[in-house]
Amino acid sequence: VLTAEDKKLIQQTWGKLGGAEEEIGAEALWRMFHSYPPTKTYFPHFDLSQGSDQIRGHGKKVVAALGNAIKNLDNLSQALSELSNLHAYNLRVDPPGFSLQFLSQCLQVTLATRLGKEYSPEVHSAVDKFMSAVAAVLAEKYR
Amino acid sequence: MVHWSAEEKQLIASVWGKVSVEECGAEALARLLIVYPWTQRFFDNFGNLSSPTAIIGNPKVRAHGKKVLTSFGEAIKNLDNLKGTYSKLSELHCEKLHVDPENFRLLGDILVIVLATHFGKDFTPACQATWQKLVGLVAHALAHKYH
Repeated sequence: VLTAEDKKLIQQTWGKLGGAEEEIGAEALWRMFHSYPPTKTYFPHFDLSQGSDQIRGHGKKVVAALGNAIKNLDNLSQALSELSNLHAYNLRVDPPGFSLQFLSQCLQVTLATRLGKEYSPEVHSAVDKFMSAVAAVLAEKYR
Repeated sequence: MVHWSAEEKQLIASVWGKVSVEECGAEALARLLIVYPWTQRFFDNFGNLSSPTAIIGNPKVRAHGKKVLTSFGEAIKNLDNLKGTYSKLSELHCEKLHVDPENFRLLGDILVIVLATHFGKDFTPACQATWQKLVGLVAHALAHKYH
């Protein structure tokens, strides 16, 4: 459960990204494809070379969705409702409990490399909980 | 037989050479107990684990973290025989400690994040991929003797 303190930390951390959100999204995806090659199976239609426009574009989309979720931490279910439908009925990515953990890990590594010590245990915990909550909402309609 | 490319071995060695086993070990274990509080179930006799601050400052956590990461160092010296290296520890974690192997995966991921906070941009995607591979194999080796 996201506590008030968690929510504050998440919003503060997101605020520190200072406009680099797109880069961060692209980097997180690139790290995910590199560390977890099976995740590439969902993107056969993409140019998956480093720096590709499609990775940048998709990274931007992902981060925008997360940013929106962060503005609506008190109502994630509603904020992510459409994405939840999309993942369940169209994309059918292996149930988020499993695959989104790879994105969560890579996003956290991306944040950690940029924030260093500021990615403290408390921030780490809050972000990890947030990503789990997002995954849970996205998985709600799978069956 | 696991295959390690020359590049992967280089990436592992260059990171490990700069790691303080004591600091990183303590940090990784503390984060495990903070981020995944249910893992505290294995450390009832560690004393005060009531808050992140308490956990980070807990001397038993620090000591145990150092032990865990020192063992990791052994794995790095024996990349071609992880299962053999961890055979006894695997039996111990199963028979005496009763630790669900899922926890090894969690600790591995946390270690990667700790390295990321220390190395910043130098912890490149290639570097991360190599270390994710390593922690995954260590977790697998530790689970190998479970029955």
